Amino acid sequence: MAGMVQTTVRSKLSLTGLNMTFGHGNEVVDVLENIDLEVREGEFICLLGPSGCGKSTLLNIVGGFLKPSSGEVVIDGEPVRGPDPRRIFVFQERGVFPWLTVEGNIGFGLFRLSRQEKARRIAHYVELVGLQGFERAYPHELSGGMKQRVEVARALAVNPDMLFLDEPFGALDSITRLEMRRELLRIWRAERKTILFVTHDIEESVQLADRVVVMSTRPARIRNIMEINIPHPRDISSRRYLDLRDSIFEQIGLAHKI
Amino acid sequence: MRAWAKALPWAFVALLILTWQMAISHQPAAILPTPWAVVLGIQELAVKGLLLKYVVASLFRVTWGYVLAAVLAIPFGLFLGWHRRGQVALNPLLQILRPISALAWIPLAILWFGVGDLASIFLIFLASFLPITVTAMNAVGSISSNHLNVGRNFGLSETQLVLKVLFPAVMPQLVVSLRIALGIAWLVVVAAEMIAATSGLGFLIVDARNAGNRYDLVVAGMVLIGLIGLLLDIMMRKLEHLSFLRWAHREE
Amino acid sequence: MKRWEAYTLPLLATVALLLLWHWSVIWTHTSVFPRPVDVQRGVIELFSKGLLWGYTRDSLYRVGVGYGAAVLLGIPMGLVLGWYPTAAQTTNPVIQILRPISPLAWIPVSVLWFGVTDAAAIFLIFLASLFPIVLATMDGVHGAPGMFVDAGRNFGLSTPALLSRVVFPAALPRIIIGLRIALGVAWLVVVAAEMIAVDSGLGYLIIDSRNAGKRYHLVIAGMLLIGVIGLCLDTGIRQLEKFKFLRWGFYHE
Repeated sequence: MAGMVQTTVRSKLSLTGLNMTFGHGNEVVDVLENIDLEVREGEFICLLGPSGCGKSTLLNIVGGFLKPSSGEVVIDGEPVRGPDPRRIFVFQERGVFPWLTVEGNIGFGLFRLSRQEKARRIAHYVELVGLQGFERAYPHELSGGMKQRVEVARALAVNPDMLFLDEPFGALDSITRLEMRRELLRIWRAERKTILFVTHDIEESVQLADRVVVMSTRPARIRNIMEINIPHPRDISSRRYLDLRDSIFEQIGLAHKI
Repeated sequence: MRAWAKALPWAFVALLILTWQMAISHQPAAILPTPWAVVLGIQELAVKGLLLKYVVASLFRVTWGYVLAAVLAIPFGLFLGWHRRGQVALNPLLQILRPISALAWIPLAILWFGVGDLASIFLIFLASFLPITVTAMNAVGSISSNHLNVGRNFGLSETQLVLKVLFPAVMPQLVVSLRIALGIAWLVVVAAEMIAATSGLGFLIVDARNAGNRYDLVVAGMVLIGLIGLLLDIMMRKLEHLSFLRWAHREE
Repeated sequence: MKRWEAYTLPLLATVALLLLWHWSVIWTHTSVFPRPVDVQRGVIELFSKGLLWGYTRDSLYRVGVGYGAAVLLGIPMGLVLGWYPTAAQTTNPVIQILRPISPLAWIPVSVLWFGVTDAAAIFLIFLASLFPIVLATMDGVHGAPGMFVDAGRNFGLSTPALLSRVVFPAALPRIIIGLRIALGVAWLVVVAAEMIAVDSGLGYLIIDSRNAGKRYHLVIAGMLLIGVIGLCLDTGIRQLEKFKFLRWGFYHE
């Protein structure tokens, strides 16, 4: 099994016995149930599940924004106590600060750097996400896809070692979404961050991830973890891709006929 | 922990009252009353029958002026918003009249209506009428054209469209502006009564001061004004939270 | 609607109103109430006497100082109260009681403390503007999307930095609406305060013109000036909404 090889690689993130309930008294909702997961350094993980199943809650716990009801989150051997600039959360495009320009947004987390260093970093990441010429533009002057690039650049600029993306392309049209996936993979290969990516889109998860964590409906449990061992760039009409995709469809209980 | 947090507001109130008491009692010749003197002042007003009389007088004026303004301003504003030409014609006049402090009309109010209820009612009417009109007018402009088109698509007549789509759609904004207008009306009635009436809470304050520096009654009047104003505001906020209006307050 | 109507319709409405005013004065045979032409004479009279400039300056000075102090104190206060729920809960009953007390009800107390001076009027304006600003700021803080605050935290901002770099800008559109409302109230209050508590300014001009010989054409001229200046103040503060970094907050679909 794949697990045999992985034990030699250092574990970046490990979740053990994670449970989450909301509410108190008689009105308790179980959101997460007994989540165990190990993520390796530099791995691209997709958390896949239907809307409202609790995968965003899971991501918020890993990001340190929520405390789990029980269980442990350990990153680099330390338990997570709160949000940390070494791990940046990327929201949908709406997380871009509307009162700052593209430059201002990308430089937001760089307040500890000297002026020149800051300018150099901003220029680098503006170029990486292909927003040259829009440095002085405000978010309301940009398209959804461009705003999403700003947010990714803002996260990368502080040089984090993990990125958490919560359905980042959910609000984009399907063509832009495809482009953004290609961009994200290019950036991931260039910068080698560990990525946790939440999505409800089966195709998206199979296109992007090293491993897809398939989750059940509420309370969310890990149903299965699929290894997607297709090299990048992935041919999305290949037999291998379609087989993996279809097996996820079946696990979730969807027929692929409409 | 919970009980402790609940006690905090009361502790803060107690602390302020204590500070007030200390500040006054350390000056032997203080004109301002102690908190206790204010309580006694309210009691004195109640015993004399003035409390009820003045509160009723102020509320009477506010009710008439405000209700009249609301009843006239809502249809008027909606009409102007619905018919673009009307809005274009009257907008400049509204914009000039609106920033004229309602209190600047006091001399004219006295000239036209004399010192009494009518002058105050007129001032309150003026103060509430313009803001409500302008909000109603702008609210019509901000209705999503999708909603109107859905209505038209289902074959609604003009009257039905106004009743079934326009009215519910502008309701949340109207209710907010009604609350703000009531706040202004309460502010104006007090001022109007200070100058143009011989009863009411505003008159009480001026009269208590002029007739022998009875600052205990002045502060008693202020406390009553605050309490009643708070009650009016709470009432209007209850209205805003009625379930069929809630959609407008939800975030995003 | 045709383009020429945009100019002619308001003109027609204004002319109609002026004519109605003019003829009602004539029909009712009133001796005290002025016609529009008398008011025009009043405006010219005020301008030529030079009183107007002094009175306007006094009113604007009082509003400027009282309102300015309220802005400087109200915004930080609102940020802190909005950010720390315990602070808001603790002060809430006091704020809720003080807020609906008409600032004009403070006139006797204000005169007692400050005498018949500028300070008395300034104090009233300060009181009147403070509450709308504090409440709007608190409201803006509560309405700031949690996503922005989370993002700020994620980048390791300290609480003061989070307040100044994320919460304040996120709340700013709402704060500006509060500033506008407060300026309107301040302008309303200065006129009333000047009618009662001081002896200069536009409010004093109105009440004095009435008391000294029922010169109602000056009363109405004064009212019009109050309206025009109020409109200018409102237009001025609305320019804030047009700043590029604020435009997002004032979008209308």
